[in-house]
Amino acid sequence: MSLFDLFPSLAKGAALTVEVTVLSALVAFAASFLAGFGRLSRRKSVRALTAVYVEVFRGTSLLVQLFWLYYALPLLGVELPPLAAGVIALGLNHGAYGSEVVRSAVLAVPRGQTEAAIALNMTPWQRMRRVILPQAFVMMIPSFGNLLIELLKGTSLISLITLADLTFQGMVLRTFDASRTFEIFALVLVVYFALAYPLTLGMRGLERRLTAGRV
Amino acid sequence: MNNTRQTADPIVRYRSISKTFGDLTILHEIDLDIAPAEKVAVIGPSGSGKTTLARLLMTLEEPTSGTIEVNGELLWHKRVNGRLVRADERHLHKMRGNIGMVFQHFNLFPHMNILRNVTEAPIHVLGLPREEAVERAVTMLEKVGLGDKLEAYPSHLSGGQKQRVAIARALVMRPSVMLFDEVTSALDPELVGEVLAVIKEIAREGEMAMMLITHEMDFARDVADRVIFTDGGTIVEEGSPEQIFHDPQSPRLQAFLSRFRAGSGKEVMR
Ligand SMILES: Nc1ncnc2c1ncn2[C@@H]1O[C@H](COP(=O)(O)OP(=O)(O)O)[C@@H](O)[C@H]1O
Ligand SMILES: [Mg+2]
Repeated sequence: MSLFDLFPSLAKGAALTVEVTVLSALVAFAASFLAGFGRLSRRKSVRALTAVYVEVFRGTSLLVQLFWLYYALPLLGVELPPLAAGVIALGLNHGAYGSEVVRSAVLAVPRGQTEAAIALNMTPWQRMRRVILPQAFVMMIPSFGNLLIELLKGTSLISLITLADLTFQGMVLRTFDASRTFEIFALVLVVYFALAYPLTLGMRGLERRLTAGRV
Repeated sequence: MNNTRQTADPIVRYRSISKTFGDLTILHEIDLDIAPAEKVAVIGPSGSGKTTLARLLMTLEEPTSGTIEVNGELLWHKRVNGRLVRADERHLHKMRGNIGMVFQHFNLFPHMNILRNVTEAPIHVLGLPREEAVERAVTMLEKVGLGDKLEAYPSHLSGGQKQRVAIARALVMRPSVMLFDEVTSALDPELVGEVLAVIKEIAREGEMAMMLITHEMDFARDVADRVIFTDGGTIVEEGSPEQIFHDPQSPRLQAFLSRFRAGSGKEVMR
């Protein structure tokens, strides 16, 4: 077995890792904004509810959340396919962190911006959409980039709920030939890095594009 | 001139307005009328409540008690079965169309170029077609001397230029009342003149009422129909520029003005 023999199964695993990363990122992105704005809501009940979500998901381990969705939820009669369980757990977990990013970025836009928008008679929605969010979003990008990489690395946990991702495929290869453990996991590391690094570059590029001309 | 303006129905009417922050009463039962097209300068020491007076009218701050009328209509309240209740956002939105404000710290939108800073509200608030909004904005920016900066972003402008953009941005909305809150206080001294010149020009054109909060006494004298002196949250004295600057009655105004003269016109208290 040469190094090239390892590629097909690792490539299959990497494809699933990418798929789970993309789907979870979408869930996390949506959850970040919903919960981020929830925590800024004028209604106390909404603030309280989102605070509970954020604290529960930040305060417990991602692995346990994953197990809970996959192994414990069926006992309550809700059976999720492993992919759904993985995507929901990863998405909600990182969404909890992301909501803090959204919240603090929105609060970091100077109060004078809202006041200028009020003086121009913009509606609350227009103030948010046209004045606050475009400025807040730029501030969110670096933190979102870090979270996205955390998320990518976190997907390795789904190998523990039977999903054949990159980590899982590495483990399988090793059981066939334990003497090549070193090469196999070296290669797995390289592939994770090869997936993560473009994300970093992409986020930097996005930030540059959004701030072009402004500074 | 002053008298004819006083007899017209006021465009703005503060009635017994008080404002409290926590235990601190910032404004004490203020009564103030502003006639259409009248230019009112507001002078007074820092902390005397000038900014708060303007912010109440811009709906940035809610009065603790009292009412404000704009064009004969209540700003902060609605009358329901003869009782005053707090107005909702829809009412405030309708009323705010009459009022514009320029801030001490400009508050330009940093993510928009100059042209967009000035066209954003005409397009999305007034609903003007883009071409018309651009035409209006360019005319206004040329008037404030920035017709060659349309594509620039605020961070590339000097303070004086930023403030002139902010003035253009407020003017394109064509309010009936414009509030200027110490619009030159954050500027380097050499940039003050260009901004004051623009405001004088606008004032001369006429039909808009203006409240000019300022520490520039010469400017107040030149532009204002009436000068109001505030201290400790009350209007201590008001009158024509002539009366206020040459024949001040109250000891507090006299003291205030002499402190200014000692500082050769520039603010000496903070
Ligand atoms: N949001 C606020 N909370 C508490 N105190 C305030 C607030 N805004 C203004 N004040 C206080 O009200 C007083 C009057 O302020 P202001 O209207 O800004 O006066 P001026 O513009 O004449 O300097 C000051 O003592 C100021 O500290
Ligand atoms: Mg002030």
